[in-house]
Amino acid sequence: MTHQQISLPAFNPPEPGNEQLGMFLYQMQLLRRFEEKTGEMYTKGKIRGFLHLYTGQEACAVGALNALREQDRIVTHYRDHGHALARGVDANRIMAELFGRVDGVSGGRGGSMHLYDVSKGFLGGYAIVAAHLPLAVGLGLAAKMQNEDRVALCIFGDGSVGEGEFHEALNLSVLWKTPVIFFCENNLYGMGVRFAESLSTQIPTLAAAYNMPAVSINGMDVLEVYRETQKAVQYCSTGNGPYFIEAMTYRYRGHSMADPELYRLKDEIEQYRKRDAIEALKQHMMERGMLDEGGWQDVVSRVDHAVDEAVAFADASPEPGLDTLYDRLMAEPANG
Amino acid sequence: MATEVTMPQMGADMTEGTLVKWVKQVGDQVNRGEVLAEIETDKATVELEAFESGVLKKLVVEEGETVPVGQVIAILGAADEQVEGETPRQPAAETPARRGHGEASARQNAGTTTAQREEAPPPAPETEQMHVNITPGPGGAGADGASGGGRLRVSPVARRIAEDAGLDLARVTGTGPDGRILRRDVEAAISGRQAEPAAPTATAPARPAPAASAKGEAAAQPLTRMRQAIARRMSQSKQTAPHYYLTLDIDMTEAMAFRSQLNASASEEQKVSVNDLVVKACALALERHPKFNAEFSESGLRMHADINIDIGIAMDEGLIAPAILGCAGKTLGQIARESKDLVARAKSGALRAEEYSDGTFTITNLGAYGVETLIGIINPPQAAILGVGSVMPQPAVRDGQVVVRQLMKVALSADHRVSDGAEGARFIKEIQSLLENPVSLAL
Amino acid sequence: MAELRMRDALREALREEMIRDPRIFLMGEDIGAYGGSYAVTKGLLDEFGEDRVKDTPIAESGIVGVGIGAAMAGLRPMVELMTINFSFLALDQIVNSAAKLHYMSNGQISVPLVIRMASGGGSQLAATHSHSLEGLYAHFPGLNVVCPSNSADAKGLLKRAFRDENTTIFIEHTAIYGVKGEVPDDPDFLVEFGKANILRAGTDVTIVGYSGSVHPALRAAALLEEDGIDAEVIDLRTLRPLDIDTVVASVKKTNRAVIVEDDWKFGGFGGELSAQIMERAFDWLDAPVARVSGKDVPMPYNRNLEFAALPSEEDVAEAVHAMM
Repeated sequence: MTHQQISLPAFNPPEPGNEQLGMFLYQMQLLRRFEEKTGEMYTKGKIRGFLHLYTGQEACAVGALNALREQDRIVTHYRDHGHALARGVDANRIMAELFGRVDGVSGGRGGSMHLYDVSKGFLGGYAIVAAHLPLAVGLGLAAKMQNEDRVALCIFGDGSVGEGEFHEALNLSVLWKTPVIFFCENNLYGMGVRFAESLSTQIPTLAAAYNMPAVSINGMDVLEVYRETQKAVQYCSTGNGPYFIEAMTYRYRGHSMADPELYRLKDEIEQYRKRDAIEALKQHMMERGMLDEGGWQDVVSRVDHAVDEAVAFADASPEPGLDTLYDRLMAEPANG
Repeated sequence: MATEVTMPQMGADMTEGTLVKWVKQVGDQVNRGEVLAEIETDKATVELEAFESGVLKKLVVEEGETVPVGQVIAILGAADEQVEGETPRQPAAETPARRGHGEASARQNAGTTTAQREEAPPPAPETEQMHVNITPGPGGAGADGASGGGRLRVSPVARRIAEDAGLDLARVTGTGPDGRILRRDVEAAISGRQAEPAAPTATAPARPAPAASAKGEAAAQPLTRMRQAIARRMSQSKQTAPHYYLTLDIDMTEAMAFRSQLNASASEEQKVSVNDLVVKACALALERHPKFNAEFSESGLRMHADINIDIGIAMDEGLIAPAILGCAGKTLGQIARESKDLVARAKSGALRAEEYSDGTFTITNLGAYGVETLIGIINPPQAAILGVGSVMPQPAVRDGQVVVRQLMKVALSADHRVSDGAEGARFIKEIQSLLENPVSLAL
Repeated sequence: MAELRMRDALREALREEMIRDPRIFLMGEDIGAYGGSYAVTKGLLDEFGEDRVKDTPIAESGIVGVGIGAAMAGLRPMVELMTINFSFLALDQIVNSAAKLHYMSNGQISVPLVIRMASGGGSQLAATHSHSLEGLYAHFPGLNVVCPSNSADAKGLLKRAFRDENTTIFIEHTAIYGVKGEVPDDPDFLVEFGKANILRAGTDVTIVGYSGSVHPALRAAALLEEDGIDAEVIDLRTLRPLDIDTVVASVKKTNRAVIVEDDWKFGGFGGELSAQIMERAFDWLDAPVARVSGKDVPMPYNRNLEFAALPSEEDVAEAVHAMM
């Protein structure tokens, strides 16, 4: 069984080069195709529970995660497959987790909303809205107290902004100058409620009120997301405290597989699809002679292959033994 | 290559969906991501997109049909491909190994559809309870409450110690709250029994003795523990179990001849008594009439799996009715041997706890005293008792002629809460038939 | 040996552990300049500085969440929630993150976090400020729940909590902060989790308590002795892990059990303990297991009503007499 690994750049130059753009394109297509496949596997009963697809928001994950350094840490929300993939977590093991199998990143105990890969600094998807914002402050605080140059990237949706923990975390983070990038994926809907109907102000206005840099960016443009997140990393890693990014984006699919999408019009989705991030990057590269149709087809077929392989890997992985039910309830002392 | 399109899973709690509308028709080219159909779940109507491109070759499910998740609803194929006519079939999706609340278990699912399950009649409560093997502990169902109604109050630890020591809790007076028998009471009883095993001490509560009356008795005779237990249990039986009674004559002529044949060559300990024949006949009859081997409770009838027949034994101090355990599987010879052993041990005080307490039916026989008819009081919590009189030569009509036969009168007393008269009649007729054709007892 | 009040024993544990392990730091409302609402952290800010003794805004969910994140990243934080009553505001962090991350991540993540909280009624603080929620926290798999009843245990258990890889809910009864007791001086003195303490040996009845309820249990034993009843008193010390073996062994000897708890009886920890005793020792019981618990009402303010709502030694003695 071979594993599909997505290699990450060791260092991010200010302007992404030819090769790096190719990688962004590959990753975004991987995120798209992977989610299409998970949706299919859900309808076939291979994946159960809740499944939230990331389709449409690929530029956020690929731009933001590639701006991080190897030592940085990530906590995110429950629409987390894309973030894990963009961080280089093994696609095979993510799919196996969705299938609930023993080779899943969480051993089949977490499922779609609870992916973890500590070896990649990927400290989890969190299924309680805004619960992970204080955790990110704790990660940042620990890095600061241990004199380590590590930034915590905290990704959450616009639905988090109404939660008390959002405000508690932003306040604590500024008070204690913790290196945390608060990255809000504003896809305009908190489940089915329009963002405009759930917040009395603008998100960056709120963040700025706690005295931190706060920007709103085009989350459908991977290059902009990449550039702005790099700035945030630079800011946080030099002892300045937290940084806030609102990335305006859009999800093409429902909130979860069970969502009948009664709250928005098809036309709205079509309008956003015209601004599709993958198409935009493809055009960008073709106009500059970095990509031709043959090159694009090559990306598509490599991604198709990787996703099919992830499904085959997941399908072949065994179910966890019933005798493991009580395993890892309590952590054992490390060494005395 | 042909691809099956299945009823999609569109939410964690979805088990079936209704095909509302086919957006594509047979022959249409379908591209991946295009809407094929509209599906209605119990929450909403959703669009079903194609996961593969191809030509729609066949619609397996018609508009308006509701089918389980995973069932094939259409076939996609290449333009030039021939697709076999497919019939609707059972879900292709894997049955998850474990299901959550509200979902049928995989075991329940096997081989039956929901509809079949719902149509199947519920199992009769009696059949279901046949599987419940109720074997009450000593002093539990076998003894009844000192404080009136229901079980004897015994603490778990007292019950366990008494069981280990083979002590009859009916002989122990409780000193705990509400008369509960506690560990200390059982331990005192055990040490007392060892000290003077044969003579139960008088332990009547210190009540004022009734004033001497015109009837002439000087003072109340103290009650022995056995007398107390008999008084309590028989009163309880008459107060709680509404009795009905059936009597008939059994022609024992053949049975007596059969018994003589058996005993002619048998040693003393193998000799079969009339009562042994009755025990064997009852054991066979009880197998076919389980309501008389049962117990009434507020939550339902408890049908016992074992047939343990108590036999009444008259002793100097009173009456005791220990059980021959597991009668169903025992031959007449075994029953004969065990009943002799039981009588001997009852008189020497060496009975085991379960012999006191685990009886499921009782036979009381005063034939040896020349009694014609004996109508018994049910031994609680049992459902019936058979009273047996003497075998006596009596005139009987056979083929229009008055002849002398060996007749035995029996009386069934049964708990009307458990059975009705007609059921009792069938049961007692079965006993009659077995005893009048005694070869069946030897099988 | 030194004779210390429980609050001083707790402070000594914090101090010794902070000296031993530089990864330990403290967060909480008014634990620094103010010295802690119950003076447990008094003086620690001066000794260890602002980095390791952090006064926080009033944001229980936020600071518990920060503690979880810092623990995930390798530190050993302690969060003081001024009282257990405020822990409701942090319940999601405790239940959904602290208790579950190790299991959900298949062992990749651990949350070695100590959350201290002051608990219990008896101070006329009325319904919102008099909770005993030990049983609530014991309900969640994945947590340690620790409830000391005396100074030595308070110190040994708190030091032990800092050496655990899991989140410990450390519950301190406000009524006994000022009670003095002998405490070993040994800086390596630890009290192991899941080891109940037989405070008084006896043969006639087992009285089980924890945290504040140990005290009426002991006083009841003294009353019972006058009546010729010899009670054994067990202090559970920790509810998770639970030392049911010690309780069961005692009940097999005495054949009777009375559970004393400040918590509400309905759905409280005593119900759990009672069920486990019946599961494990049914055939050794001479009477149904009895519970002497807080009454099923929000705690009233009035002194007499509050007293009536809490278990007393008379209640315990009465329960024992009723089963003899």
